[in-house]
Amino acid sequence: MSADTSVRLPGMHAKNPVMTASGTFGYGMEFAPYGDLRGLGGIVVKGLSLRPRTGNPMPRIAETPCGMLNAIGLQNCGVEVFLHDKLPRLPFAETPIVANLYACDAEEFAELAGVLSAAEGVAALEVNISCPNVKAGGIAFGQDPAMAGKLTEAVKKRAGDKPVWVKLSPNVTDIVGVARAAVLGGADVLTCINTLTGMSVDIRSRKPRLANVIGGLSGPAIKPVALRCVWQVCQAVSAPVIGVGGISSAEDVLEFILVGAHAVQIGTANFMRPDMAFRIAERLPALMDELGIKNLDDYRGTLAAG
Amino acid sequence: MGISGACRDLTILSVTPAGPVGGQYGCYYLEFDNPGLAPAVAGQFVMVRPACFGSDPVWPRPFSICRLTPDRLTLFVQACGRGTDVLCRLVPGDRVTVWGPLGQGFCLEPDTPTVMLAGGVGIAPFVEYAATHPAQHNLALVFGHRQPLSCYPFSELSQVVARAEAFEEKTPDDLPNFIELLEKTVAEYAGGLIVACGPRPFLLTVARLARRFGARAQVSLENRMACGVGGCLGCVEKNALGQYVQTCTEGPVFWVEELSLSEDA
Ligand SMILES: Cc1cc2nc3c(=O)[nH]c(=O)nc-3n(C[C@H](O)[C@H](O)[C@H](O)COP(=O)(O)OP(=O)(O)OC[C@H]3O[C@@H](n4cnc5c(N)ncnc54)[C@H](O)[C@@H]3O)c2cc1C
Ligand SMILES: Cc1cc2nc3c(=O)[nH]c(=O)nc-3n(C[C@H](O)[C@H](O)[C@H](O)COP(=O)(O)O)c2cc1C
Ligand code: FES
Repeated sequence: MSADTSVRLPGMHAKNPVMTASGTFGYGMEFAPYGDLRGLGGIVVKGLSLRPRTGNPMPRIAETPCGMLNAIGLQNCGVEVFLHDKLPRLPFAETPIVANLYACDAEEFAELAGVLSAAEGVAALEVNISCPNVKAGGIAFGQDPAMAGKLTEAVKKRAGDKPVWVKLSPNVTDIVGVARAAVLGGADVLTCINTLTGMSVDIRSRKPRLANVIGGLSGPAIKPVALRCVWQVCQAVSAPVIGVGGISSAEDVLEFILVGAHAVQIGTANFMRPDMAFRIAERLPALMDELGIKNLDDYRGTLAAG
Repeated sequence: MGISGACRDLTILSVTPAGPVGGQYGCYYLEFDNPGLAPAVAGQFVMVRPACFGSDPVWPRPFSICRLTPDRLTLFVQACGRGTDVLCRLVPGDRVTVWGPLGQGFCLEPDTPTVMLAGGVGIAPFVEYAATHPAQHNLALVFGHRQPLSCYPFSELSQVVARAEAFEEKTPDDLPNFIELLEKTVAEYAGGLIVACGPRPFLLTVARLARRFGARAQVSLENRMACGVGGCLGCVEKNALGQYVQTCTEGPVFWVEELSLSEDA
């Protein structure tokens, strides 16, 4: 007997809740030598913009206790190269491929959504309104509920029948306010959370460890923050939530589902070992069997009162 | 043959300090059995993560392949921080996850007079380079070091190549003399092939000299890496067109004219 790990999300069916997080799994094929991409619940690719972006100066990554800082600055090949050279190599018929979008203003977001909505093989659009590493737009969109709502609306209008996921920032006083605004703006799914802003310095060289000075903190260090955000958002909105932040085991996956998440994304843990997401997806059914969980719908959001 | 890229859980066979007295200089040979890795080109590297890392540090660590045969993988590691300190204290039987060979190795031209320029622990990939080179009489080595020569795999290398020269930098005042030696060597091999590995300032010097003498030279970069497989875009270097290229997949070995190297990394 094996547990049923499948998950239903608006407009898509995932064979398991283990997806990969944007920016931590390249464009997918980089990890193909380490496992069967078809074994994943979904793949969210590196953030795409209309035109290719160079990204920030180096050094752009630094290690921190149980985590890391990054200030990649959304270096990417641009949406056209993605659609022509990267997407066709992915097993999109078997595994949902989610495009993560970044743009500098609402018009550009809408234009990008227009291009991607026409693309066969893209299962959903994940709108990044929470990147801490870019000057224009980025996190500012995700910190103001009104702006987040407007942006979601603009994307939704051009997204055709593709589900729109909105990725929230933890760098706010009230994540629930932004979550509600995104849902009112038409978000089908909320992804929770992007990185926390952080910093690291070297007392000898007296320099910051990132050229950009400030970066986004990720990895096991942020898991309690992510879990709290997912729990709060799940309590407040009825849209499905995808949990992300510091997940590195099947046990972690169940923690997020217990507080209400529909699915999860594995981010920094993919760097710990490139077969990490595959291993977690493989281990999940056995862990569910061990705990007597037959399917995820029964287990989701069953956290006992404190 | 092994599958290129797949993660292997390997067992450490031995951790052997190099140098005069029991490991005081922090250089070690790490040996793994039955790696099951695909054959490597010298200059390629592996990512290494001992089971005891747990959640901290989060990143694995990259190391050049010092020697890879069907039944042995040898790494040459200098303990210089929290990850390498842990690695060099492992004992036989400990489990370590390894993946590779990764990246692009050095170009190997049997008929071209070739000089290996190594700085410190940057000598590691040249053990494999010399061992797999079909015309060792065409190989020379110039090695700059700060610790005693016996800390490094220098004598093994000098036995197989036609010429080997070591330069000890005892104080920072010796640096100009080393640069002079490099200059002489690059000028001499301007019509041949130069392959270099070592600290960034050393590679910057090699690149500058290669440009000056119009020499064909490759350098192996040691940029900070999180994933090693092209997934994070953290390890980048600026190419000649000013675009960022990934050191882990497009390097770590580059022709110097492909890059516009700067001090930061
Ligand atoms: C392709 C490649 C091949 C390498 N081959 C070898 C090898 O054969 N033998 C060997 O001993 N070392 C090699 N290195 C360097 C080795 O990876 C670093 O020394 C190691 O990652 C440092 O880890 P740590 O935890 O001990 O240091 P940390 O505690 O993380 O940092 C200590 C110091 O090391 C520096 N450092 C951190 N990461 C790197 C890095 N990737 N490269 C250089 N310095 C770094 C930090 O800036 C800091 O000053 C190689 C690096 C690369 C990228
Ligand atoms: C190197 C790196 C690059 C990232 N790039 C993106 C990106 O392009 N778009 C995005 O929405 N999130 C990006 N993120 C954020 C992750 O998708 C994820 O939300 C975050 O890292 C928290 O999860 P984790 O702790 O599991 O890594 C990036 C994270 C890292 C570490
Ligand atoms: S180390 Fe991650 S892309 Fe090179």
